[in-house]
Amino acid sequence: MSEATTTAAAPDAASVSAAFGWALARDLRIALRSKAELGVQLMFYVIVVSLFPLATSPSREVLATLGPGVLWTAALLASLLSLPRLFSADFSDGTLEQIALSPRPLPALVSGKMAAHWLTTGLPVAVLAPVLGGQYAMDGTELGILAAALLLGTPILSLLGAIGAALTLGARGGGSLLALLVLPLYAPVLIFGAGAVDALRAGMSAGPQLSLLAAGLLLALVAAPFAVATAVRIALD
Amino acid sequence: MSGFFAMGGYAWYVWMSYGAAAVAVIVEILALRLRRRHAFDTARMAQDADAAGPATRPLADLRSNG
Amino acid sequence: MIVNWFRYSSPVSFYPLAGRLSRAFGVLAAGFTIAGLYIGLVVAPTDATQGDAYRIIFLHVPTAWMAMLIYLAMAFWSALALGFNTRLSAMMAQALAPTGALMAALALWSGAFWGRPTWGTYWAWDARMTSTLILLFLYLGVIALRSAIDDPRRADRACALLSLVGAVNVPIIYFSVQWWNTLHQGSSISFTSAPKMAMTMVEGLLVMTAGVWSYCIAVTLARVRSIIVERERGSGWVASLIARQGAR
Repeated sequence: MSEATTTAAAPDAASVSAAFGWALARDLRIALRSKAELGVQLMFYVIVVSLFPLATSPSREVLATLGPGVLWTAALLASLLSLPRLFSADFSDGTLEQIALSPRPLPALVSGKMAAHWLTTGLPVAVLAPVLGGQYAMDGTELGILAAALLLGTPILSLLGAIGAALTLGARGGGSLLALLVLPLYAPVLIFGAGAVDALRAGMSAGPQLSLLAAGLLLALVAAPFAVATAVRIALD
Repeated sequence: MSGFFAMGGYAWYVWMSYGAAAVAVIVEILALRLRRRHAFDTARMAQDADAAGPATRPLADLRSNG
Repeated sequence: MIVNWFRYSSPVSFYPLAGRLSRAFGVLAAGFTIAGLYIGLVVAPTDATQGDAYRIIFLHVPTAWMAMLIYLAMAFWSALALGFNTRLSAMMAQALAPTGALMAALALWSGAFWGRPTWGTYWAWDARMTSTLILLFLYLGVIALRSAIDDPRRADRACALLSLVGAVNVPIIYFSVQWWNTLHQGSSISFTSAPKMAMTMVEGLLVMTAGVWSYCIAVTLARVRSIIVERERGSGWVASLIARQGAR
């Protein structure tokens, strides 16, 4: 009896990594099946970034000031736009319930889904950003720091956003409600992420910002899977 | 007295702050009154429907659907 | 003591207690606020540098404090609701959210009207103003999530989880905004440069804080009573409550 409860409460490492790997592989396979959709999301990022110079000015000083902020804000929006994909299809066809009822540990399963979300949205954005940063009069070092900050920051966006995506399952007003819940929580990531390049420009080291992003990522990695698993259970009640 | 209302030339700022707070407090208290009355009215209606028994069932069904 | 606690954790026995407390705190709120306004607007001397515009802080500071404190209280009740699945604590969290949002909104509004004569602009992206703005968004998110979920028990638990996630984030948000502010602002314009306060000013501030605090307690308890009636409308004790009310 007590042995059974212990295994249920603390699943061993093998079953955790098996559950994580299963969910990751499944969601990646589904995402890659609709490559057009992924392409559209990246195009959204490119277009939003390219609109700002048209709305302000093509002068290099203006663009250099705006650059990091624009690239980061657009990354936030791109992440937000793709969040419903995380759970809603599985929720409406009942797969999510099956997953939650399975003996596999739910936090590990949702972690796999979040990892797949980051690999298909955050990572491409972080890879693409240095290319787009060229439009904003940024030099080599700045582009490197920008990419590093995005690589550390976009996983946090996926982890925090997944909590909001799970909480809004079955709620009215889907997308805009999700934005209201998630965007305020994104504020610190935006501040440190865009601040990394600003610090470099001000002649300081971007180290503190990158360390804080890394600390935030560790915190989110530890806490978010359990919060998301709880939110999924609440939604399935 | 008029000196008090003039607030040393800052009347607009001071009274816009305190005025907004006064309006907010009044609105919140009125909204609470309305909510309380509405809660009791709905509870009363639900119980009247239950007390009336099966004759009013269709109406109760209608309400739960809409 | 412990027995008392559990006795009042059920809506039936909490309802009349909340009524008595709400009335008591309402009287306290009226008394403290009138006294505080008298001290703040009449007795306290005009400030040498800011003139009479500084009198706005007697409203601004208490509401800003309450906005933060109510979020903590909401997170506390949310933790209880999620951990022990208690109905009443979820109702308390639900009752706190609108008043917390109102306090944040009033703090921003009065801050803007204090900022205009003091800084020369209604909105200055001051660190505290910015974090209060984000706090307001967090409140609005909880309220919106509540109204978007039809099943009250599900809404209870979803909002509790969101409040807790927000509570973990609030210190990080405050820290990050502070960081951002010091990085981008050469001249420090913040409330720390507030005037050296005379004793009567401190008194006025404390009395107003007591008033606003009492008001928030009174309003929250009044709201939780309505929520209890809304939720428990099918139960027998609400029926007898209605019967008694009808006889009155």
